[in-house]
Amino acid sequence: MPAIEAKALERTFSGGVRAVAGVDLEVAEGQIYAFLGPNGAGKTTTVRMLTTLLRPTAGEGRVAGFDIVAQAAEVRRAIGVALQEAALDPLMTGRELIQLQATLHGIPRAEGRRRADTLLDRVGLTRAADRRVGAYSGGMRRRLDLASALVHQPMVLFLDEPTTGLDPVSRKAIWEEVAKLNAEGTTVFLTTQYLEEADQLADNVGIIAEGRIVGEGTPAQLKAEVGRPHLEIRLSDDGAERAEEIVARFGRPLPAKDGAVLVELERGAAEVAPVVRALDEAGLLVESLDLVEPTLDDVFVAKTGYHLEGDETQTGETEAIPAP
Amino acid sequence: MNLESLRGNLRVISALGARSVKQTFRRPQLVAPILVFPTLLLAIQTGGAGSAVGLPEFPEVNGFLDFMLAGAMIQSTLLAGNSGGIALAVDIEMGFTDRLFAAPISRFAIVLGRLAGTFVLGAVAAVWFLAIGLIFGATIEGGPAGALLVIVLVALSAAAFGGIGSAIALRAGKASVVQGLFPLVFVILFLSSAFFPANLMLEPAASVADYNPLSFIVEGIRDLIVFSLSLEGLAEALGAIALIGAVSVGLTVLALRYRLRTGG
Repeated sequence: MPAIEAKALERTFSGGVRAVAGVDLEVAEGQIYAFLGPNGAGKTTTVRMLTTLLRPTAGEGRVAGFDIVAQAAEVRRAIGVALQEAALDPLMTGRELIQLQATLHGIPRAEGRRRADTLLDRVGLTRAADRRVGAYSGGMRRRLDLASALVHQPMVLFLDEPTTGLDPVSRKAIWEEVAKLNAEGTTVFLTTQYLEEADQLADNVGIIAEGRIVGEGTPAQLKAEVGRPHLEIRLSDDGAERAEEIVARFGRPLPAKDGAVLVELERGAAEVAPVVRALDEAGLLVESLDLVEPTLDDVFVAKTGYHLEGDETQTGETEAIPAP
Repeated sequence: MNLESLRGNLRVISALGARSVKQTFRRPQLVAPILVFPTLLLAIQTGGAGSAVGLPEFPEVNGFLDFMLAGAMIQSTLLAGNSGGIALAVDIEMGFTDRLFAAPISRFAIVLGRLAGTFVLGAVAAVWFLAIGLIFGATIEGGPAGALLVIVLVALSAAAFGGIGSAIALRAGKASVVQGLFPLVFVILFLSSAFFPANLMLEPAASVADYNPLSFIVEGIRDLIVFSLSLEGLAEALGAIALIGAVSVGLTVLALRYRLRTGG
């Protein structure tokens, strides 16, 4: 049984805006699925439907085996949700928030307190536990949000852009925690506009653009779809034409870029040494040589026709944990 | 709904109510309308218009403060309801209600939790004004039982008005819209017998005040302070609260359905 399943899921808002235009996806139990797309692509609307916060206008979805419309209460019991922008009350303390979340999930008071302590420790917020959330940094808020989503030990965890706006250190801390949770058996559905995040974390990636999934597969499969690795060769003297003739024996030559000779290698890294040997035997002096793997950005460009802006605009704040 | 589910919902309502009360006391701009403004208005009116008790046909009271206490309390409940609505709208704006909607609880428990908090704030306001009254020489003619009934009536009124604030918050989803109702609160208040006897008002204000449900609540509370326990006054006050409560429940149900349908 897939942990998450959507068939022709659609959401049209009043005024005829079709935010999600027929999403089909399947996430196996224990997977990390990254839903990749730019702002306005339909990621959040899809998550809101799968987490029962928004009713689909067409199609169907199942989470943890339960129908997202007919069995919404069962879905809510099975999922943990950390929404975009960490929807936390700035007037509550971290501990109060997790204890409230425990109450919402019907966990007895004493057990709720115990779980709050454990989770705060897990996300490194023990020292800040009794401070108001308003005094937390962005990274601390995200970690608290993540901890609160785990209080009832959900089968499926939905994370809507968990690292947007975070600095690299905070982002890495969230990635590590997500990977750890997944290793413990939690299925994770993650939306992101960061290619690196999808590449680092996901078993499977779904690319969404204009409300539709335009590509899906493992990061390796998606990259393989758009091309093989290519070699970028820079020579220390003239001889580019001769070099192009030589490398053409090993793969498909690509148009030169900034004076570099480019060749697509069918067998990837395994063919680097023979290419270097052939150039050397021809008396050509190689200045630098790079094996360039296709990136998810290449995949994104191939699937949608444009670059994912978010990856270039990752900015974050510096996290500082104030002294108690 | 089985007993276990009822117990679970009551626990959620009580937790959300406690959060609502803490939230109010941690945010001075929410406390001010409930306690500070009505206290200031009470002080100004009592100090500046105290000689009104000498007007012909003014009710027989021990003092103007005794007369004014019910008005201050009802002003506080209206503003508590409005503040509760603002706080709910802020929750919607910052996405906190999504956290609640994504939990396996009754969605009505979320609103009831907010109203439970407003009920407690109403009770706090009643105790505050009773204490101020006693300190500054007012007498509670209804005795301890009357004082207790005053607290219950004020708390129930706060919850009933809070329902209207919550309905508007759920429908609009914006704190600024709920905040915009602030002046309306004063219009409704001054078109009741909260601060002045309806029989001494000019038309058409006098007729509006006669039928304003707020007047029935104020008079019910005032009777307990100024005169004694009056079953008729109490019944009228409870009837007015029930009417406002029924309207606010209806509006809240509609607004909640709208929010859940549109996804906010």
